[in-house]
Amino acid sequence: MMAVFIFVFSVTTLLMFFVSYCRSLMASSSRHVLSEEVRDVTGIHSGASPRDYARVMQLLQLCPERPQDTTGLHAVGAYYWILNFAQATLLRMVPALQPWAEQERAGCAYFAAVALDRRIAFSREMLAQQVDL
Amino acid sequence: MLGSATLAIWYLGTALELSVVVCSVARKSFLRYFFLNLYMLLSVLTSVGRWYLILSGFGVNTDQYRYLYFYTDALLTLALYVAVISLFADVLGELHFAKHLRLAAVVLLLGTAAFSYSVVAQSADRLSTDFAYQLSQNLYFVGLVLTYLLWGAVLKVRETRTRLVQFILSLGLYFSACAASYALKNFTDRYDDILKYVDPLLGCLLPLAWSLTILRHTEETRLAPASLVVVPR
Repeated sequence: MMAVFIFVFSVTTLLMFFVSYCRSLMASSSRHVLSEEVRDVTGIHSGASPRDYARVMQLLQLCPERPQDTTGLHAVGAYYWILNFAQATLLRMVPALQPWAEQERAGCAYFAAVALDRRIAFSREMLAQQVDL
Repeated sequence: MLGSATLAIWYLGTALELSVVVCSVARKSFLRYFFLNLYMLLSVLTSVGRWYLILSGFGVNTDQYRYLYFYTDALLTLALYVAVISLFADVLGELHFAKHLRLAAVVLLLGTAAFSYSVVAQSADRLSTDFAYQLSQNLYFVGLVLTYLLWGAVLKVRETRTRLVQFILSLGLYFSACAASYALKNFTDRYDDILKYVDPLLGCLLPLAWSLTILRHTEETRLAPASLVVVPR
């Protein structure tokens, strides 16, 4: 009985900590201003929309990986997947939370766009170093 | 006998624990987060001790290895509690009731230490796997409750330091996942084949998250407190 209680409580707090962790990752990127070229290539001008995420992720795969952002992208990717799943199932019963979920998914897309911006800058730096050599 | 996958995860975990200390020293944050670093150093020393015992010919199923495992695990959990208390002190350092809170945390720490010691000492003859799972489940659950309270304090005082917030959230994730994993083992053995890899993997994620936090953010990086609340108020 005790094990069941601990399991339920732990899974609930795990989900809560995971959501907060992803939000803290996204919040640390929210102040980053996207470069002109990333805005052009992703189509994110005034603000990201939830549907931008898939496109930005495809663009990210075209860039060389930057070790510092891989874990964050995986975590936010999982958060985006959970939000999609929740929207398709649980949130249908609570329509008031739909705008919140949309806003969160848009946040995930902006986080991915910031990662793309940083990867492009990183690739440029590497290229410049190779040219110097 | 440990499988190659288990050994690989173990080596990776130890390397990541060491990387937390290296990153802290490189970013001049070693003393700032002394107790977090102390926990990581103790984890590395524990791994070295366990390897030494295995290399000396004592397998993982021997009594010698079990004793070392139990006592070092209890010691590590206590070191992690001290790290949580140090985070409490950091978050609540400027509040007038911080002194009482620190005292309560120390009493809880000593109580847990005494409880763990007495349980292990009295049950030395039945240091079985089931018993170990139950003890670990309870210790991780206490850690989870402490971290949950700490997270409540972070939201209450509207903490903005990115590093501190991410350290606490990673710790919360770690304790929740460990407590859930041990609880699952306690009420069913159906997932044992998967769960035997889960715990060492969880042990890798905490140092990985802490290393990345130290590398990504400086002590001056700040977050908007409103962005941490799951559902905006």
